[in-house]
Amino acid sequence: MMRRALQFLVGVLTGRSRCGCETCPMAAPATRRKVILVGSPNVGKSVIFNQLTGRYAVVSNYPGTTVEVCRGSARLGDVLLEVVDSPGAYSLAPLSEDEQVTQNLLTHEAADLVLQVIDAKHLRRMLPLTFQLIEAGLPVALDLNIMDEAEKAGLTVEPEVLSRELGLPVIPTAAASGVGLDRLRAMLSDGLPARSSFQVSYPEPIEHAIGAIVPLLQGGYGLDPRAIALLLLQRDAATWDRARHLASETTPGIERIVAKTEARYHTPLGYTIALTRQRAADRVAGRALRQDPRPIRRTFAEVIGALTMHPIAGIPILAAVLYVALYVVVGKLGAGVLVGFLDGSLFGRHISPAVTAFANRLLPWPALADLFVGEFGVITLGLRYALAVVLPLVGAFFLMFALLEDSGYLPRLALLVDRIFKRLGLSGRAVIPIVLGLGCDTMATLVTRVLETRRERIIATFLLALAIPCSAQLGVVLGLLSGHPLGLAIWAGVIAAVFLLSGFVAAKILPGEAARFYLEIPPLRWPLLRNIATKTLARLRWYAAEIIPLFLLASVLVWVGQLTHVFQIALALLRPAVNLIGLPDAAADAFLFGFFRRDFGAARIFDVHNAGALSGIPLLVSMVTITLFVPCVAQFLVMARERGLRSAIAVAAIIVPFAFGVGYLLNLALMALRVQV
Amino acid sequence: MTDLELSESAEEILASLWVAKTERNESSRQGCDLEIGDREAGLAQLGDLGLVHQEGGAVSLTPAGEVEAASIIRRERLAERLLTDVLALGEEQATEAACRFEHILRKGIDDQVCTLLGHPKACPHGSPIPPGDCCRTGARSAGTVISSLADLTPGQTGTIAYLQGTRRDMVQRMLAMGAAPGAPIVLLQTAPSYVFQVGQTQVAVDRETAEDIYVRIGGRRSPPAPSRRWFGRGRRWGRR
Repeated sequence: MMRRALQFLVGVLTGRSRCGCETCPMAAPATRRKVILVGSPNVGKSVIFNQLTGRYAVVSNYPGTTVEVCRGSARLGDVLLEVVDSPGAYSLAPLSEDEQVTQNLLTHEAADLVLQVIDAKHLRRMLPLTFQLIEAGLPVALDLNIMDEAEKAGLTVEPEVLSRELGLPVIPTAAASGVGLDRLRAMLSDGLPARSSFQVSYPEPIEHAIGAIVPLLQGGYGLDPRAIALLLLQRDAATWDRARHLASETTPGIERIVAKTEARYHTPLGYTIALTRQRAADRVAGRALRQDPRPIRRTFAEVIGALTMHPIAGIPILAAVLYVALYVVVGKLGAGVLVGFLDGSLFGRHISPAVTAFANRLLPWPALADLFVGEFGVITLGLRYALAVVLPLVGAFFLMFALLEDSGYLPRLALLVDRIFKRLGLSGRAVIPIVLGLGCDTMATLVTRVLETRRERIIATFLLALAIPCSAQLGVVLGLLSGHPLGLAIWAGVIAAVFLLSGFVAAKILPGEAARFYLEIPPLRWPLLRNIATKTLARLRWYAAEIIPLFLLASVLVWVGQLTHVFQIALALLRPAVNLIGLPDAAADAFLFGFFRRDFGAARIFDVHNAGALSGIPLLVSMVTITLFVPCVAQFLVMARERGLRSAIAVAAIIVPFAFGVGYLLNLALMALRVQV
Repeated sequence: MTDLELSESAEEILASLWVAKTERNESSRQGCDLEIGDREAGLAQLGDLGLVHQEGGAVSLTPAGEVEAASIIRRERLAERLLTDVLALGEEQATEAACRFEHILRKGIDDQVCTLLGHPKACPHGSPIPPGDCCRTGARSAGTVISSLADLTPGQTGTIAYLQGTRRDMVQRMLAMGAAPGAPIVLLQTAPSYVFQVGQTQVAVDRETAEDIYVRIGGRRSPPAPSRRWFGRGRRWGRR
């Protein structure tokens, strides 16, 4: 059950599960074609995928949104198009896990067309990948995307010139607003391009080595021998593995040639090869590009964009963004208005009483009625928590997150916090999973894949599990404490202190070099409402599908547990720990729920508070403890999958006692100081 | 030891011993392995000055010899940088000329050249340049031609001279983001992170990465970006 839920989660997050075999055309079409979309991160591959297939892949205004492969299909006339969206890759020689996915895809799947999506503004730096695709012998066409922004930046790109220079079809588009897609579709349904004869010539020693390696290669690589030779020269690990696997007797010979060539240079061959390609790209781009010579007036977005990065102006902007996103939208709107209405009025006054009355009349045995409408009933608790408490909060957060993503604010946030994050053993890049963690820690744990070093991934996973409240917790905290500024400040202060201190300690303990920080800062863009809506809904749908069955299951489990007295025993075991940190007995079931899922525990605290059993210092202490303590079952499973079971157990074993310890100390301190909250 | 007048062959012997020791971990070499024209005279001079120690056929550096050798290597590699970065000679031409150039770069002048070149950490072939006093104090001069991005002020423009390739992934990523040698670059800000613009791309990096990007100050082209002043930290456009 959990495994399936997890697979589903991974699927939706990456857009895969929605891309399965949905489209089953009525009649067998005349031709089938497979198109693979490739390109650097953040050039609009996923937008084009969505436009072509009508299906949704996660799209954002920052690199690394697609971490796995997404498939869909489209029908153009009598051509059935299979479209494959790949994770962003700068080069065929991969540096990260997601780039490796793209290399494998191109090697193992016979594509009829590889459509490279290019950001027209950045033609110069994206052509090296084009050259590599051509070298690999793939049938390539270019989609010159984001033409609108290039024009605004005073850049004129001539697709015809580019097409002539490279011997490839080149289609200009502005996919986000749908411009040029007809031409793209026409190209895809008409004839496919012949192989380009364009070739980059490398310095003599490298060309010599290629010439010597190619005869030693046999088939089975899936790419042109010239490209394989270049990958071997660049010491690409996956290609070397394949060479050893395919024909181990020739590898010593290849090794000698590569070593001899390396000896002629003092820098890695990859550097020379990359520079040669870059020079060729500069030549081609020089012919196809014209930059408007007059200095361009800065647009409003650029001015704001510069202010958000400014060392002084950036901080209040950051504070304002967080205040609006978290406090106003998640706290006030989500917890106050939405939950107030759905839980207080809709369920509290109408649905729950009606269903309870109905069930009591229909079901003669009280024990059975309890299953549906009791204190922990499937409808009165499970469904209500999911629909009326957790989803509104999570939805409010996902909406804000989508706005932050699409506006391009997140990379700016990354550069503002890089220096602080360095102290925690992270680079600014980690801000993306961390902020996403404020929505759902489980989803965020998956996204830690975009981090480049293992050390960084472990620290981020740990901090997500310990100190980052998910949006259900956040919403409940903000909702319950919004009337108590001091309480809210103490909660935020303790959580922030734990985040910084534990990160600092983790960075000291874990060996390894500090991760370098380098991140492209995309221009600030007005988010497209349609994109925001689709993205928020897709994430929310995933979340709903994830939690509703689990919450219902939890209700059933509690019911069974009550009947068999296991529930009472578990509560009795937890009670001493709960009492130790100064909480009443009623809080124990919130902690039990919290083990199951973070959001479930948070919703329980909300309920216990509304029942009048939790307020003042115990409320604050329970909020802090429950924020810290649970890596819930879902998150635990993802941790185990991504980081290994041992790491996951270690993280959990540190966190649970630590959280209770902090709760205990906080309780003592608040009592001693006689704080009124 | 400031005014040592070493013969050319003596300097070459010192240099090759230093490379063998620090870069190949051989503490001594067989004297006859030294492929140097006037080997005997060179060795004799070095022995007299107490810079090398000979035992049987093996030659090794004395502590004083090590200091002297590091200084020679430093001058030689600085000369290579000077010839490639400033005079834009091809790599092979530069290597050849550098050997002769090094003899002219007397001590003292090496610090000035080093400052001019922005205290480079490695020669064009990637071998490390032993740091001098000027590197430790981070001296700057008005005539600086090449500088690491980390030492520029916001608003300064130039073209990327080279990337210090300490990490293959870093270099490859930089190239992928458009920060290739020859590309015009503008430094936009230095805090809280370094932000620069190449072409149409803005990139944020930390200080360590900024230190690895060397810039030829004063671009041939006008900066591609904005021309107005925003907020406190002035952007001084037009400074060439």
